Amino acid sequence: MKIQVLYFAALREQLGVECEEVELPDSSTAADLLKLLAERGNAWTALQDGAGTRLAINQEFAEPEASLSDGDEVGLFPPVTGG
Amino acid sequence: MSAQLAIVELGKEAIVPERAAAALMAKLGEAAKYAGAAASFTGTVRTAADEDLTGMLLEHYPGMAEKQLRKIALRELDAHSLFGVGLWHRYGMLRPRDVIVYVHTVAPGRQAAFAACSAIVDYLKTDAPFWKKETGSFGERWVAPRAGEDRPRAAKR
Repeated sequence: MKIQVLYFAALREQLGVECEEVELPDSSTAADLLKLLAERGNAWTALQDGAGTRLAINQEFAEPEASLSDGDEVGLFPPVTGG
Repeated sequence: MSAQLAIVELGKEAIVPERAAAALMAKLGEAAKYAGAAASFTGTVRTAADEDLTGMLLEHYPGMAEKQLRKIALRELDAHSLFGVGLWHRYGMLRPRDVIVYVHTVAPGRQAAFAACSAIVDYLKTDAPFWKKETGSFGERWVAPRAGEDRPRAAKR
């Protein structure tokens, strides 16, 4: 299945990517996506444990255990600092 | 009692609190006569005494930011039985003293007005996808969340 991944703020700067399409096996979770991305090495390894990364699935906050579906939009970003 | 009303706006243009409050009251119209209290919060770009902050870039997640702002405002409108709520939030490049966010709540009494206003601001800190980057004599730096404000607090999917 195909997932649209968006990166924001400091994470986007560190990775040098704004958005991309990622191919994942069916019934993957957000954690599987993070693991796959971390395997790219260098700055991407920060996604491995996901400790400093927050995520949203289809523009709703979600936990890494959440499952993904074909066509989902996943936003990856540092903790928010709005308001 | 009348219908509850919300104005939620996310934009690049300067926020003028007095104008925003007036827009909300105008929209409330006749219903405003039942309101005994209004509370507001204005969040501004600040600089520290020992630093020369020249600007703040407010990045947001387009689409999600609007959705979350609306969700936060409507939740408190409902939870505190407000007559009206207004939430205005900037994004883009801001200067010191610019208004980042303005919240205005209109309620039957003061407790509901204060509580809702306070809760909205608290939720903005944790549940609205915005990121602040400061620029100044120190260069550029991303603002870190305060302790305890680094995770979304509302229910997740």
